[in-house]
Amino acid sequence: MASTKEMKSVLFGPIFANNPIALQILGVCSALAVTSKLENTLVMCIALTFVLVLSNVSISIIRNHIPSSVRIIVQMTIIASLVIVVDQLLKAFAYDIAQELSVFVGLIITNCIVMGRAEAFAMKEKPGMALLDGLGNGLGYSVVLLTVAFFRELFGSGSLFGYQILPLITEGGWYTPVGLLVLPPSAFFIIGGFIWVLRTFRPEQVEAKE
Amino acid sequence: MASKNDTMAKTFTVVILLCLVCSIIVAGSAVGLKERQEANAALAKQANILATAGIDFAGRGAEAVFSERVGVMTFNRETGEITQYDSMIAMEAALADIRAQSVASSDDVAGVRTIRPELPVFAIRDESGDVQSYVLDVRGAGLWGMMYAFLAIEADGQTIRGLNFYEHAETPGLGGEIQNPRWAGRFEGKKAVTDGGDVAIRVTKGANPEQNEVDALSGATITSNGVDRTFQFWLSGNAYGSFLTKLREEGAI
Repeated sequence: MASTKEMKSVLFGPIFANNPIALQILGVCSALAVTSKLENTLVMCIALTFVLVLSNVSISIIRNHIPSSVRIIVQMTIIASLVIVVDQLLKAFAYDIAQELSVFVGLIITNCIVMGRAEAFAMKEKPGMALLDGLGNGLGYSVVLLTVAFFRELFGSGSLFGYQILPLITEGGWYTPVGLLVLPPSAFFIIGGFIWVLRTFRPEQVEAKE
Repeated sequence: MASKNDTMAKTFTVVILLCLVCSIIVAGSAVGLKERQEANAALAKQANILATAGIDFAGRGAEAVFSERVGVMTFNRETGEITQYDSMIAMEAALADIRAQSVASSDDVAGVRTIRPELPVFAIRDESGDVQSYVLDVRGAGLWGMMYAFLAIEADGQTIRGLNFYEHAETPGLGGEIQNPRWAGRFEGKKAVTDGGDVAIRVTKGANPEQNEVDALSGATITSNGVDRTFQFWLSGNAYGSFLTKLREEGAI
């Protein structure tokens, strides 16, 4: 079994030191699409983490039996099955949110983070480590998405988790919402800002000049 | 290790086993959760029907209010016969056994393709038990796909009480505005059909609100035309037309 230190770095590394979105710039499309409300974002993060952990563990368990010629297809089959299960669960237990997330739950299948971790980590490591890696990357994804959603919902709709924080001018308050933040492109700016702040504190993440 | 895994036999075994396991998991979750999902979908539909008729169900739950205030029935568009059902689930089960007939292409202005002889009608009662409105289930082709809506008609069989597009795939911000209550609200109080039974409501550019016209959505011509044709089809004699005539001539059912 790996040392505690190694386990810690696998679990917490992806949150800031090796964040899948901020450093590897993977899985950005869902970060744009589902971050206009915190509630939806939270469900999306849970769904992605669930798929990531289970796909990492199951691929890791059978890693010594996967023929290399069909390994991507094997990974895709496992990931796609898990995503369908998540979709079914959401439709059964969180119907309204499932309606709003609609196609983006299905698109977890093509989320590069899931495929990337399966291919780069789960194919080589033991199930226990793969589980921590999945959890860590899920958390790294969630940190970025929740940060983006926090700013978008607070300044775009004046609310957090649906509770009105800044009274809107259309409803008799004083706050004029920033329309841009409701639209997907605004997530680009916020992710950009996140990366900027992160690299200011961790200069080692700045790419070398070409 | 790698060479042993890459033989044809091993590859096939792994792939077939994997597919078996995955299909069992996927099919298991789909079948096991089906009941809950259908209950959710039915609840959402009931909430939509009540909202279309302008009934507030906050605090009590759509299900309780629906079973108390809504009479579920079907109307046979050929014989004019009305069949009552105990619940929406019972009606849907009965409808599932009835074959849909294809619509002649000359009549099919809304692109619905098929229609059952039995059409669902939801009779909404007010607090005193009198029928306040009838909610009709309509649909029509938009720009990207079928648009599904509930249309509430007052008990007089003529005046529109509410319109609610509950499922569609139109472009958000353009055609998707059909869902916007502010646009849908413009239909309220308009005449759906004339005294003679012709379709009166229109969706046009530069509409005159005095003449049962509603302004089309800007930037969404095809969607707006689709909404217009949805009315043209479903309020005509090919669909709910004779039901509305019956309401006007014989009063509430």
